Amino acid sequence: MTRSDVQLMLDVKAGDDESFNLLLRRYRTPLVNFLFRMVRDSATAEDLAQEVFLRVYRARRQYSPSAKFTTWMFRIATNLALNSIRDNRHRQMETSIDAPVSDEDSAPRELPAREMRIDEHMVERDRSEFIRRAITSLPEKQRVAVLLHKYEEMDYGEIAGILDCSESALKSLLFRAYETLRVELAPLVTQPVRTSAGEGRAS
Amino acid sequence: MKCEDVSKELIAYLDRRANSAERQDAEEHLLACERCRTRADEFRKLWAVLDEVPVQEPSFGFDARLRQRIAAEPKPTWFRWLVPQPRLAFSMALLLALSVWIAGPLRDKSASAPTEDEKFQMIEHLDVLENYDLLSKSDVLAEVPSAPAPQPDDQQKQQAPDDGGGSL
Repeated sequence: MTRSDVQLMLDVKAGDDESFNLLLRRYRTPLVNFLFRMVRDSATAEDLAQEVFLRVYRARRQYSPSAKFTTWMFRIATNLALNSIRDNRHRQMETSIDAPVSDEDSAPRELPAREMRIDEHMVERDRSEFIRRAITSLPEKQRVAVLLHKYEEMDYGEIAGILDCSESALKSLLFRAYETLRVELAPLVTQPVRTSAGEGRAS
Repeated sequence: MKCEDVSKELIAYLDRRANSAERQDAEEHLLACERCRTRADEFRKLWAVLDEVPVQEPSFGFDARLRQRIAAEPKPTWFRWLVPQPRLAFSMALLLALSVWIAGPLRDKSASAPTEDEKFQMIEHLDVLENYDLLSKSDVLAEVPSAPAPQPDDQQKQQAPDDGGGSL
C-alpha cells in the first residue's frame, strides 16, 4: 500500500530515514523540473532542489500536517527560486555596469519586431527551447502559477496558498499568463486561417 | 456575460475545474462569442504545445550528494530528549527566573519578621503607645484654654503655698 506524503513525513519525524528517501524519490524530478523552468539553469536548479529537501529534512521534528505536503514543499521551492532569480538579476546588473560595452552586448536581446523574433527562434533554437523561453519571459508570479497549474496539476487552492493570494486573483493571474503565452507562441498555436483573418487577437 | 467576465473563468472552464454554474455561463458565452471561442481553442492548443517541453531529470549523483549533506547535518544530542522544543526550554527557564525574582523579596520579608520576644515587648508597651496617640491628637489639645498646660513641677509649686496657707 502506498503511504501518503503526510504519513511519510510523520514517519520521517519519528526517525525513519527510509521514508525520507521515498519522499526524495517521489519528488526529486518534479522539483528539479519546476526549479529548472524557474531559473533556467540545471546546476542552479539542482542546488536549489537539494536545499528544498534539506530544509524539509531539518524541519522534520517540527512538522505538523496542517497543510498539504506538496503545498509546503513547493512554497519553499518557490521562495528559493524567486530569491535566486533576484540575486542573479542583481549580480547581472552589477556586471553590466562594470563590464565594457561592446557592439554585441549593446544589441537588444529581445527583438521588437515580432516576425523577426519568431524566425530567429525557429531557426536558431529548437521548438522546446522556444517554448521554454516564452515561459521564462513571463513575470515571476505568472510563471510560478503556470508551472504549478500546467505541469504539477495543482488545484487552485493549493497554488493560491503557495503564491499567498486569493483563488480569484489566481484565476486572473493564470488568464493573463496563458494569454501572454498564446501571443508569444502564436506560430505554434494559432490557426493559420484565423490568424490571417485577424480573429482571436483583440481582447 | 461579457468577454471580460468570462476571461476570469475561462481557464477553470477549460481545465474542467469550474462549478456547474460557472461552466454554464462560460458555455453560453462561448456559443455567442466567436472571438472568445477562438481564444478558448487556442488555449487548448497552447496547453498541448506546453506539454512538448521535455522533462529535466536530476543528475545521476543528486541523491548521493543530498545524503552527504544530510549526513553532515549536526546530530541531535541526548538532552534533546529532555528538551525537544527550544522555545519550550526558553519559556521554562524564563518562568524559573521570574519565580526566583518574585520570591526573593518575600523571603527577605519573612526573614525580618518579629520574633516572639519582640512581639511580647510590643504588647507590653502598648499602653504607652496608646497615651502617645492621645497626646498627639492636636484637636483635643486645641480645646484647652489659651493658658499653657501646667507642667507637673509647676503644679507642685502652686499646690505647696495653698497647703501652707491652709495649715495656718
